[in-house]
Amino acid sequence: MELTLWTYEGPPHVGAMRIATSMEGVHYVLHAPQGDTYADLLFTMIERRDRRPPVTYTTFQARDLGGDTAELVKRSISEAVARFQPEALLVGESCTAELIQDQPGALAGGMDLGGIPVVSLELPAYSKKENWGAAETLYQLVRGLLKAQLPSPGFEKPSPQRWQQEGRRPRVNLLGPSLLGFRCRDDVREVTRLLDEHGIDVAVVAPLGARPADLMRIPSADANVCLYPEVAGPLCSWLERSFGMATVRTVPIGIGATTAFLEEICGLLGLEPPAAGEADRRSRLPWYSRSVDSTYLTGKRVFIFGDATHAIAAARIASQELGFQVVGLGTYSRELAREVRAVAQELGLEALISDDYLAVEAAMAEAAPELVLGTQMERHSAKRLGIPCAVISTPLHVQDVPARTSPQMGWEGANVIFDTWVHPLMMGLEEHLIGMFRHDFEFVDGHLSHLEGASAPSRPAEAEQQPGGQPAAAPMATALPGNGALVWSPDGEAELAKIPFFVRGKVRKNTEAYARERGLALIDSEALYEAKAHFSS
Amino acid sequence: MGATSVVDDRHPELLKESGQREVFCGLTSIVWLHRRMPDAFFLVVGSRTCAHLVQSAAGVMIFAEPRFGTAILGERDLAGLADANEELDRLVKDLLERRPEIRTLFLVGSCPSEVIKLDLAKAADRLNTQLRGRVMVLNYSGSGIETTFTQGEDQALLAMVPLMPASDVDQLLIVGTLADAVEDRLVQLFGRLGIPVVTSLPPRRSTELPPIGPGTRVLLAQPFLSATARALVSRGGRLISAPYPFGVEGSRAWMAAGAEAFGVAPAQVAEVLDPLVERGRRAIAPHRELLAGKRLFLLPDSQLELSLGRFLHRECGMELVEVGTPYLDRQLLDAELALLPEGTRISEGQDVERQLERVRAARPDLVVCGLGLANPLEAEGIATKWSIELVFSPIHGCDQAGDLAELFARSLRRRAALSFA
Repeated sequence: MELTLWTYEGPPHVGAMRIATSMEGVHYVLHAPQGDTYADLLFTMIERRDRRPPVTYTTFQARDLGGDTAELVKRSISEAVARFQPEALLVGESCTAELIQDQPGALAGGMDLGGIPVVSLELPAYSKKENWGAAETLYQLVRGLLKAQLPSPGFEKPSPQRWQQEGRRPRVNLLGPSLLGFRCRDDVREVTRLLDEHGIDVAVVAPLGARPADLMRIPSADANVCLYPEVAGPLCSWLERSFGMATVRTVPIGIGATTAFLEEICGLLGLEPPAAGEADRRSRLPWYSRSVDSTYLTGKRVFIFGDATHAIAAARIASQELGFQVVGLGTYSRELAREVRAVAQELGLEALISDDYLAVEAAMAEAAPELVLGTQMERHSAKRLGIPCAVISTPLHVQDVPARTSPQMGWEGANVIFDTWVHPLMMGLEEHLIGMFRHDFEFVDGHLSHLEGASAPSRPAEAEQQPGGQPAAAPMATALPGNGALVWSPDGEAELAKIPFFVRGKVRKNTEAYARERGLALIDSEALYEAKAHFSS
Repeated sequence: MGATSVVDDRHPELLKESGQREVFCGLTSIVWLHRRMPDAFFLVVGSRTCAHLVQSAAGVMIFAEPRFGTAILGERDLAGLADANEELDRLVKDLLERRPEIRTLFLVGSCPSEVIKLDLAKAADRLNTQLRGRVMVLNYSGSGIETTFTQGEDQALLAMVPLMPASDVDQLLIVGTLADAVEDRLVQLFGRLGIPVVTSLPPRRSTELPPIGPGTRVLLAQPFLSATARALVSRGGRLISAPYPFGVEGSRAWMAAGAEAFGVAPAQVAEVLDPLVERGRRAIAPHRELLAGKRLFLLPDSQLELSLGRFLHRECGMELVEVGTPYLDRQLLDAELALLPEGTRISEGQDVERQLERVRAARPDLVVCGLGLANPLEAEGIATKWSIELVFSPIHGCDQAGDLAELFARSLRRRAALSFA
């Protein structure tokens, strides 16, 4: 028994729903009690789907338990098949149904369903979780559909370069993108474009948008791209073993990884390696990161937590492409803990493998980062700790399904990542000035714009009352006495005049405050520099 | 599958359906109960599905550490119940150490805990002995196999009834979670009517339970509190039958029924309530303009459907195509049934596919439904109103009648406001 307040992953049958709902022509009959239909809203609300998930629930109640729940399962199956006429049927159970052991898969196996492929899912709800359920469902579904195409033992592995003899462009499958995955919709578009630029076609994208018939075309491709190992890892391994299909395992998130991805796939397919300098031509991240304004990013301490795919990618981008210092790295994906541990070790860290968001928050607080790259849960934790945060991974929130195209993968994905990670931080010039004037209330978090001036005086007090909130730093500003007997010397005024107009007023105010504090009657240029040094230290 | 039976002579057709029920389970009510009693913690003893449900229904993640959580059963707990009990004790101890401000702990049963017959009543007894004086441990079931959505609140309140002190005091007991501001207002109005002692269940502080006894008149603020009502009656309370306080008419009748139970003269009731009724009607009027004549289909969900249908028909002029309810408690809904227009199609239970076929065939102007169905129906060109908002929003009383009408009018107003030409 384990106490959970918020969870990163749902139960495994929700993973199965992700596969079914991502596809066309698939229906999922789920033996589950009343109430489990809540999962529909994940798709209709978070993903704003315009259709209900293709799921029929038995929604049994206590009074059904005394009777024949197996009969209820069979009725639900035959009604669903008659109503939805699926091209493939998934049959499974949720946590409660697992306990009553009706074995819906076996029941479906004994029914005459007109010959449609039926895949029985056994997803242990008390030991496994959502991503595992998604991966297992995708694997079982493809395995079931490809049964007839299995090559005989001792078959000769097809060459990934056979396209050259067949007089066509090379083609690959993109495996793993699904609903409730992070930016999958846009990643597919970006990766498809990237491959097309290198003369590679996409044969099948699965599960997102695929029909069962599409899955049956998987072996016709020259290789598989394992785009999201959490969902497609086991399937790709099985296709390697059973069909001899090669897998491209580099996930193209970030400049280095996208380049490595292209090198891997071109090498595998026997294509020319990508030209040097492609990254610089196709993405703005390398130049933006080298530009002088980004100097202030140097050594920024970042804490990274998410699913394994995005956490690993984030660690590489942060440490190599943005010049950050990674001070924490972790994942809730236990299935891929080994991979995350290896990356952490390279960075001199010990990976945090946990699905307890409070443990993650504690590790975050301990690491004292300047930026957090995490899930929506880390966003809230970071907010409590007053640390800026960018979201890099599931679990999905409605905000993570933007209207605009916003991939993580490929060249455009790198652009999106640069913007998304850097914007929560203060910009270079801004940071310099804030260092100088950080005691001014205008720079305190949550300060007011001039348009809201009327209510300004009450705000700092309110902020102070917020439990756990940062004490407002307003007193410095309000305690400033008026411009009394202080006199500016001509050289002091001259020095002040050199300061850009938009900060001149503040510099004057700060310098006068400093002068009063020190009992100076005359402010000359020396006093101004003394004040600057004082406020910058 | 469907069958018809008779509700009463005014509503000859009750459509009883069984099939897939697109409703929440009782665990969902934790989302508003924990806000009502900030010194209580709700610990679901269940599966990852339960945790995921509560999290999803709560709108995916709130800022603070929540006052609800799930003790997730693992394979080891399923293998041996003795271990499960030990594990639960350990986990509760840890939880209470971290949250010393908790005064009442609700152990909430779930589908898996019911099926494996984990005895949470016994666990509560055991923990009460261990924690004597520090924290009160109660238990109830919010499982989907036993409760539908708002019935979770009924079960939670039922668990509190035995702890209410016995007393002969003359009092009006309002039962059902209300927004604090609404409760204050209603108490003030009952005070003006000359009823001095008005108490509430659930109370704002979980430890300050109202008394119960022969002097207590029980007025239900929500139509889904059947079991709690019976328990209060068995402890001597007298149940007042009334429509529920939604809209001007329902709220007036509800308050008048409370006043009548204390022998308040009708003239005084009119003096206090009639100005509110008049003002409430004015607040409804602009929304009525939009809603009148529009056709409404209510899918079963929160159990408020009959009351809302009555309000939207009688006060907003909407035409009722079908009023679905997860289950029909005739005793509690007697007064509402009497106010529904004759021949209204009422359906009990659900076969969601068949019901959606009826929705599509009828092409209503507005459908009240759950979150899983709203966007798909909108995509088919049918305007919807999410029902879950109705259990989170302050909608009770004459003063809220305008706001209640606005919730329904907003869907139509928004559709009319949008243009992409």
